[in-house]
Amino acid sequence: MNTAEKTVAAVPAIDVQGVSVHYGSVSALEDATVQLGRGRICGLVGMNGSGKSTLFKTIMGQLKPDAGQVLVDGRSPGQARKDKLIGYVPQNESVDWDFPISVREVVMTGRYGHMGFTRRVREADKQAVQQALERVELTGFADRQIGQLSGGQKKRAFVARAIAQEASIMLLDEPFAGVDKRSEGTITRLLREVADAGGSVLVSTHDLHALPELADEAVLLMRRVLMQGSPEEILKPENLALAFGLDPMNRGAL
Amino acid sequence: MNLFELLAEPLSYTFMVRALAVTIIAAVLCALLSCWLVLIGWSLMGDAVSHAVLPGVVIAYILGAPFALGALVFGFLAVALIGGVRDTSRLKEDAAIGIVFTTLFSFGLVLISITPSQVDLNHIIFGNLLGVSAADLWQVLALGAVTFTILMLKRKDFTLYAFDPTHAHALGMNPRLLGALLLGLLAMTSVVALQAVGVILVVAMLIIPGATAYLLTDRFSKMLLIAPVLAALGGVVGVYASYYLDASTGGMVVLAQGIIFAFVYFFSPRHGLVAARLAARNRRREAAAAN
Repeated sequence: MNTAEKTVAAVPAIDVQGVSVHYGSVSALEDATVQLGRGRICGLVGMNGSGKSTLFKTIMGQLKPDAGQVLVDGRSPGQARKDKLIGYVPQNESVDWDFPISVREVVMTGRYGHMGFTRRVREADKQAVQQALERVELTGFADRQIGQLSGGQKKRAFVARAIAQEASIMLLDEPFAGVDKRSEGTITRLLREVADAGGSVLVSTHDLHALPELADEAVLLMRRVLMQGSPEEILKPENLALAFGLDPMNRGAL
Repeated sequence: MNLFELLAEPLSYTFMVRALAVTIIAAVLCALLSCWLVLIGWSLMGDAVSHAVLPGVVIAYILGAPFALGALVFGFLAVALIGGVRDTSRLKEDAAIGIVFTTLFSFGLVLISITPSQVDLNHIIFGNLLGVSAADLWQVLALGAVTFTILMLKRKDFTLYAFDPTHAHALGMNPRLLGALLLGLLAMTSVVALQAVGVILVVAMLIIPGATAYLLTDRFSKMLLIAPVLAALGGVVGVYASYYLDASTGGMVVLAQGIIFAFVYFFSPRHGLVAARLAARNRRREAAAAN
């Protein structure tokens, strides 16, 4: 390995250092430090209100932290956005599913960063969209209105958008909520492909059972980062109890 | 009198030709804008901005400045005040909107009442389609062309802003700037449309066409065709109807658009009330037959 390669490999994809965020007098994140390397999938585990969405917003630069700093691939979040590095898959609740837009058009918005001032579609964009649709197995649904998909298909459409964007860092907010098993399998496989190709994936999830299969590592969040480690380590009852106050997998009952 | 004469007779008057031209331009512009406003959920904001431009237009008249400039200043002032009141008090947005735009509108009414002028400033409030001068027409054309061009060039960005501002942000765009640009175009369009129907009724032209088109299609690109076509149709029908019935022109234009909306609301093939009821009845019958 030469020096240039070493330097590149040493820069984490996501580097959150000592970040604190307040909404008014309410503290949402306290002194959070999270690092995610290239080619890694990291699960973000915590209760509602534990700061998962806040962490996403901070990484995307939608929120400026009161303290600490965020680097995305060694750059400021603003620069990383301009460089089209960050792909975002939103929560179900934050999408207007009645919006008059087709699946193909949604995926095409992933290409906007590659287009000019008026976002004119070129052949390369069409191909990228077509390939992304194939990878998420939605080719036959491309011309449907976005609301006329099942829960899992909806998620896959937005994953396809991030793939078409060629984002090297993917942020997914609860991608498995309301998703059938087949789609969950497809999405898990896709994220693994993204990671194998050198991409980095941060996923917030409630589905603790699927965590070991999905992620290389996990972060346990409760306004502060309680721990970052292997999924198996995070899922130990005594550790989950730190974040949830009890064992949410309910293994004690068995 | 045959149909041709019926349509041709009013066109022998210059004022009618100008009235039709201004109506069509205003209807098309408002209709395009309304597609985004309806989807973003900015109908109330359209109401607020289109009313709040009144004092700006009056002050511009007093100073001899372009109406559009005054409208822009007060349009943004209204948006800033609404945001300010909402964020710094316990009031919700609808209350903030209601307070800000009515106060600014009243300020405009007061200014009109104390401003001596040769032209009747009340025309700004109720519209004055039949009194459009050549200069008015040129102003409408110029403003219309600028607004139309910006809307069309940036339509994909505006649509993404309406659909998913977070993704727009993640792609390095500036959603706040896009929102501000859209509000600026809203203020400019209000100036164009107040010539046609007056400040009070501009909001109708800014909501009805987009809402009508939204009930007819699941494709935004088609909304951008359907809304202006139906709005222009309503405008032309309204102007002719007002000519033959000797009724308020602005009122007739909006009434025609409203009637078109009502028709679509009931009979739209996909999202109409009748189609929905029929589909529900068929489902019940099929379920009954299956049992």
